Amino acid sequence: MTSLRINGQIHEVDVPGDMPLLWVLRDVVGLTGTKFGCGIAQCGACTVHIDGKAVRSCFLPVGEIGNRAITTIEAVGETPTGAKVQKAWLDLEVVQCGYCQSGQIMSAVALLAATPNPDDSDIDAAMAGNICRCGTYVRIRAAIKKAAGAQQA
Amino acid sequence: MTVHITPKLPKALSRRTVLQTGAAAGGGLLLGFQSPFAAASIPNATDGAPAPVGPFAPDAFIRIDRAGHVTFIMPQAEMGQGVYTAHAMIIAEELDAAFETVSVEASPPSDALYGNPVFGIQATGNSNSVRAFWTKLRQAGASARAMLVQAAAAQWKVDPAGCTASNSEVLHTASGRKLAYGALADAAAKLTPPAKPVLKNPKDFKLIGKPLKRLDTPDKVNGKALYGIDMLPAGVKFATLAASPVFGGKVAHVDDSAAKTIPGVRQIVVLDDLVAVVGDHMWAAKTGLSALAITWDEGANAHVDSAQVWKDIKAASEHEGAIAKAVGDAKKALQEGDPFEAHYELPFLSHAPMEPINCTVSLRADGCDIWVGTQVAARTQAAVAKLTGLPLAKITVHNQLLGGGFGRRLDVDGIEKSVRIAQKVDGPIKVVWTREEDIQHDFYRPVYYDRITATLKDGRIDGWKHRITGSSVMARWFPLGFSHGIDGDGVDSAVDEPYEIPNMRVEFLRHEPPAVPTGFWRGVGPNNNVFAIESFIDELAKKAGKDPVDFRLAMLAKKTPRLASALKLAARKAGWGNPLSPRRGRGVAVQVSFASFIATIAEVEVDHDGNIRVHRITSAVDTGIAVNPDSIVAQLQGGLIFGTTAALYGEIIIDKGRVQQSNFNNYRMLRIDEAPEINVHLIKSGEAPGGIGETGTTAAPPALRNAIFAATGIPLRRLPFDREVLAGRKRV
Repeated sequence: MTSLRINGQIHEVDVPGDMPLLWVLRDVVGLTGTKFGCGIAQCGACTVHIDGKAVRSCFLPVGEIGNRAITTIEAVGETPTGAKVQKAWLDLEVVQCGYCQSGQIMSAVALLAATPNPDDSDIDAAMAGNICRCGTYVRIRAAIKKAAGAQQA
Repeated sequence: MTVHITPKLPKALSRRTVLQTGAAAGGGLLLGFQSPFAAASIPNATDGAPAPVGPFAPDAFIRIDRAGHVTFIMPQAEMGQGVYTAHAMIIAEELDAAFETVSVEASPPSDALYGNPVFGIQATGNSNSVRAFWTKLRQAGASARAMLVQAAAAQWKVDPAGCTASNSEVLHTASGRKLAYGALADAAAKLTPPAKPVLKNPKDFKLIGKPLKRLDTPDKVNGKALYGIDMLPAGVKFATLAASPVFGGKVAHVDDSAAKTIPGVRQIVVLDDLVAVVGDHMWAAKTGLSALAITWDEGANAHVDSAQVWKDIKAASEHEGAIAKAVGDAKKALQEGDPFEAHYELPFLSHAPMEPINCTVSLRADGCDIWVGTQVAARTQAAVAKLTGLPLAKITVHNQLLGGGFGRRLDVDGIEKSVRIAQKVDGPIKVVWTREEDIQHDFYRPVYYDRITATLKDGRIDGWKHRITGSSVMARWFPLGFSHGIDGDGVDSAVDEPYEIPNMRVEFLRHEPPAVPTGFWRGVGPNNNVFAIESFIDELAKKAGKDPVDFRLAMLAKKTPRLASALKLAARKAGWGNPLSPRRGRGVAVQVSFASFIATIAEVEVDHDGNIRVHRITSAVDTGIAVNPDSIVAQLQGGLIFGTTAALYGEIIIDKGRVQQSNFNNYRMLRIDEAPEINVHLIKSGEAPGGIGETGTTAAPPALRNAIFAATGIPLRRLPFDREVLAGRKRV
């Protein structure tokens, strides 16, 4: 059995150690907010936080996580930064199909946690790993800046 | 605001999934629901209060319960384009419903009840959800409103003409009495709908034209929104599959000895054309699939490659096509003038929606449930009926939010494969394609080859001949759309090009590529035609020694004034004519597509190594009445990115009968660090609404191509843009 700390709760799961966290979250624990997009850490749809840092869960074997804290889109709104990012996303109506947005938001929250007032190049660096096929990039950039402003206030 | 969408699962599923219709007094429809599943069967369910049902259900689209809760049944699929919100706004406008309290839910499959008025079948495509349903939904809202007003007037014993409605209430103006819709639901249900409901004068619109918040987005920022891929019915097993890497190949032999030893692998399903592994989770299925040794009978297509595809289509394009449009005497004009000819090439493209193809199936002896996000719910139902032999009424399609459609989910191949796998498995099964399978087994945007010849007279086009050679997607998908050798979509935006041209001829020449299946791809026919025409117009402008904007305006002003206005606005907003640094250029493209009038100006920079940086894109848009202006701007922004991706990177290459691209590492998408600044300007209009979802995709490639032409003088004639040509290492 592998013990995982997901959104503050301990989950005991009977899965192989090389199984990526993505599939444990979605198919075993039933947290489907984290999405499958590519399986090779190229699109960022599966982004979660491990101890607050953005990580591609499709490429992270559960056996390597240990006791580190896993946060998913379902709980990220419980942090002040997460709530501000979600609000900015809705205020600016960033979302279209929405499938990639769990990952976008997780990457944006990790960015703002580390860099509260990011400039364009910080946003590029933190967000270039997240593909949005609907092409919401213009609004993602604006929403990150808005959330950063709200954070300062 | 407490706007919410009724979650489509588990609540909708648990309580009222099957919509049954029956004739009601007065010709209206009474609709009721039955429950095939218990909520407890869905482990990722969050249960809640039952969603409202009737009693006032005057048509297929509107439900009002006694508490006054208003639910709209959505005929069209929500794939990000904002149709749930736009359609809800249209109904709520005429119904005078309090928009903050309405719920929406996906309709069940039914061509009869929910068929797209333009297609006659239930389909979300061709950017026509608002256009096609505009009158129908207004009438539905207005009719229900009239019945509610009549019910209130009868109760008060007053003339209905003395009553008004707003905010889900009827008001008797003289006395100030009010009755809420919920309190009128039972009485209104007994009334006959008006034969001719009176629609509002657009000047009285309260919702339409306002940038309202979308109904579907709050649950898309917190992980609660459910897509087809998120379905987890009780006891579900997980599967992934491999079809023959060579198009049309069959399974020859499978050695499953290694796969069977992988923990969590439950079953290996071998069909004639695919192999699937069933497991306790996707990881078991995926590792199991990788461990199989599959020998394929590659069949007749193992020799097909892109070089041959291009050679064939070029050769085919030497022949005459079917005449789709003839004006004046093109032959004479081209003979008498100094003809200029160019040809343009568009490659195969995969759709690559972020949500890979998937479908969850519960197949039983007495029925079948399908959970999927599809653009064609009724076609899905029919396909499943055909495969299973079950009657349509026993097949329930639970349509979900789509994680991108772009035309990919107009085809039901993924659903059919899932059902065929389910036929070999006990219990419910979720089949999820890997990204590699998704990209390598698509219905591809066809390759097109366009030849255009024109002559100039007095600085304007005099003769014009445009021959479009390519696959007819219509002939496969919607045969009515292909007749007399002409694909109606294939010539869209070519037969109705916007310029005044006295002598013109447009031909369509159907030429199917060997082996490669073709399908609709966001922007469809106009993508090809607008790219070819607008690229060519820039080359003609240069030949005529004219500014590209002036050259266009002179031929647009009389024939297409709405487009001329859009072009003037875009040119002003983009600073057309202002000096740029070397290697930078601005390019323009105009289009009438999906009944919208759009001018787009791109500004790019090309370095000496052929690298392209897109700095900004400006579009001016006249789409008639803008139901939700913010959604329209968003569709343009996103569509321009989608089109920029295709222009910069998009190409599926075939070698040995196989697609060479496989995932986002080699089938590239534009990322945020490459995304340009985008400015969209809406033109206020009282005309009927146009389509918008695909227009940005059409706009970007020719505007970018013409900007590169301006920056470098190099007239690129194929997509994606060839950096080798731009670096001077290869000829056009």
